[in-house]
Amino acid sequence: MSTSPAFLPFLLRIADTNLILSQRLSEWTGHGPFLEEDLALTNIALDILGTSRSIYEYAAKIENKGRSEDDLAFLRNERQFLNPLICELPKGDYAFTIFRQCIVDAFQFHFYNALTISTDETLAGIAAKAVKETTYHLRHTSSWMERFGCGTEESHHRLQNAMNEIWRYTDDLFDMPEGYADLVKTKVAPEMMSVKENVQKELLPIIERSTISIPDPSFMQTGSVKGIHTEHLGYLLAEMQYMQRMYPGSRW
Amino acid sequence: MESKDTQGILWEIFVQKKPGQPFVHCGSLHAFDKEMALQNARDLYTRRGEGSALWCVPSSAIVASSPEDVGPFFDSSNDKVYRHPTFYQIPEGVKHI
Amino acid sequence: METVSLEANFDAKLTRNEMIEPKDWMPDNYRKHLIRQISQHAHSEIVGMLPEGNWITRAPSLRAKIVLLAKVQDEGGHGLYLYTAAETLQISREELLDQLHTGKAKYSSIFNYPTLTWADIGAVGWLVDGAAIMNQVMLQRTSYGPYARAMVRICKEESFHQRQGYEIMCRLAFGSQEQKEMAQDALNRWWWPSLMMFGPPDANSPNSANAIKWKIKRESNDQLRQRFVNQTVPQAEFLGLSVPDKELKWNDAKGGYDFGTPDWNEFENVIHGNGPCNKERLAARVEAHDKGRWVREAAAVFAAKKKGMDKAA
Repeated sequence: MSTSPAFLPFLLRIADTNLILSQRLSEWTGHGPFLEEDLALTNIALDILGTSRSIYEYAAKIENKGRSEDDLAFLRNERQFLNPLICELPKGDYAFTIFRQCIVDAFQFHFYNALTISTDETLAGIAAKAVKETTYHLRHTSSWMERFGCGTEESHHRLQNAMNEIWRYTDDLFDMPEGYADLVKTKVAPEMMSVKENVQKELLPIIERSTISIPDPSFMQTGSVKGIHTEHLGYLLAEMQYMQRMYPGSRW
Repeated sequence: MESKDTQGILWEIFVQKKPGQPFVHCGSLHAFDKEMALQNARDLYTRRGEGSALWCVPSSAIVASSPEDVGPFFDSSNDKVYRHPTFYQIPEGVKHI
Repeated sequence: METVSLEANFDAKLTRNEMIEPKDWMPDNYRKHLIRQISQHAHSEIVGMLPEGNWITRAPSLRAKIVLLAKVQDEGGHGLYLYTAAETLQISREELLDQLHTGKAKYSSIFNYPTLTWADIGAVGWLVDGAAIMNQVMLQRTSYGPYARAMVRICKEESFHQRQGYEIMCRLAFGSQEQKEMAQDALNRWWWPSLMMFGPPDANSPNSANAIKWKIKRESNDQLRQRFVNQTVPQAEFLGLSVPDKELKWNDAKGGYDFGTPDWNEFENVIHGNGPCNKERLAARVEAHDKGRWVREAAAVFAAKKKGMDKAA
């Protein structure tokens, strides 16, 4: 267990990533393109929601201020959430959802893989489970990438649009909170440069197989690690947190 | 290429609970290609830890016997008592047989 | 074989309590009845995802959220099992969905009521799933093999659904005054529609007689409704909530409750499209289907291309 001040923000960043993204994924439940895929995408939402709970629970313990997983999820505000921007973007069409998910899957796969050798045993344990899950998620989303990219003209076009919309949010994924170097030094957390290299190596062939092209990266949007989000997050939280805000102190 | 809206083709799914056990038919689903059939089977039929391996077979590849076949196919095997171990008499006291 | 002896053979099978399988001869009306009932059941599962799905993004705790998400997903799975059971009767998924989207096929009217508060998620799980399970347990012994097998699987998976609903009701009923009121309000709104789920009274249920004769159903609407009331009233009492029926009274002689008559006019109205959410539910299904069309087309075209490549290789 690390005593670094970066440890709690680091945990919250992982947990928030999973919670916010699962919130977006679950908007598809009952509205998927066909029944089998509806269930498959919901499985991903369930997996990552499960991971977020494990990490919030651990973060609450680390923080040691008597807050629960629900307090962390439902009673922090827009500026306190640390999820990468990519997670909070509205779900868009199915190409957008799949593309975004594939990027995050590739990120999480390599991030968790590196985290399995963390000196923090709790984290290493959570990562080991998450690696198995994300291996499958990536297999699922990357096969859809190929179907869209090489399917019809329309699906190719939609996937390329998703790429054009989302690519500028990809660098933000790799930012880590201030003081993160401490965590790397004590081998609690992985060095992000090498995670980034692995993610690129993973994604490039998928993008190539999907026959879409990476837009000119003139500018990358960042800031999530300081709690500077897109305008979308506020609405997401308003919906997600409404019960807890409306009935303070109630148990559900 | 001409495209028509479909729900994919029908597949029959067989799950093996644990290594070494037989694959048992558990149901059907729709998928457009082999990889999708496998993934959908995993997502649909092993949500509660029911399996360790999967077979997916396009339903159109299944050949089934007909109800009219019941007599000629199966009745004639009913009287072959000599195929069952209880048909044979072994003297008392002989073991491991 | 002539139709007469085929039919006699079919009847004899039912008498011996044997299952009918897809390739067996069956009377046309039996097949039609099954397609109608199984597809209606499948559509109900799929449309049923909507009122509960309505609260996934607003569930008040992470635990509640993950449980609800898993539950709604299960409903989708159940719809899927049932669609494939219907498909063994020579009707395609495309046709079945088309019947739903054009309003030709029905689904359970209960899902045309809105889920207004979080307590409704509790009430739906407790009452609606409770009523559904009662029906489904019976259907595990239905005479058509694929339907019965789907129901066995569904019943196994459903077992947590009703408990999930009752757990929510417990938390509310034993929570703050506000929560308790929320729970009572939900019970008030869901009680009668739940009783209607078993269908019209036996005396004017047009399809019931055949369903019983063919052993598709093994108990009548009224029998199931009575059992549901007997089972549910003590559960409401435990919660300290009152069932909104002035005529509700224990009857020692019959060993069950006497209860009031549901508003069958309302039932007819909702069935004929005038429930509070009929339009929204159907529109949501049609929209998902329309928005998914390009996805399915891409998958179909890609599969065809891939097949071509496999052959060329």
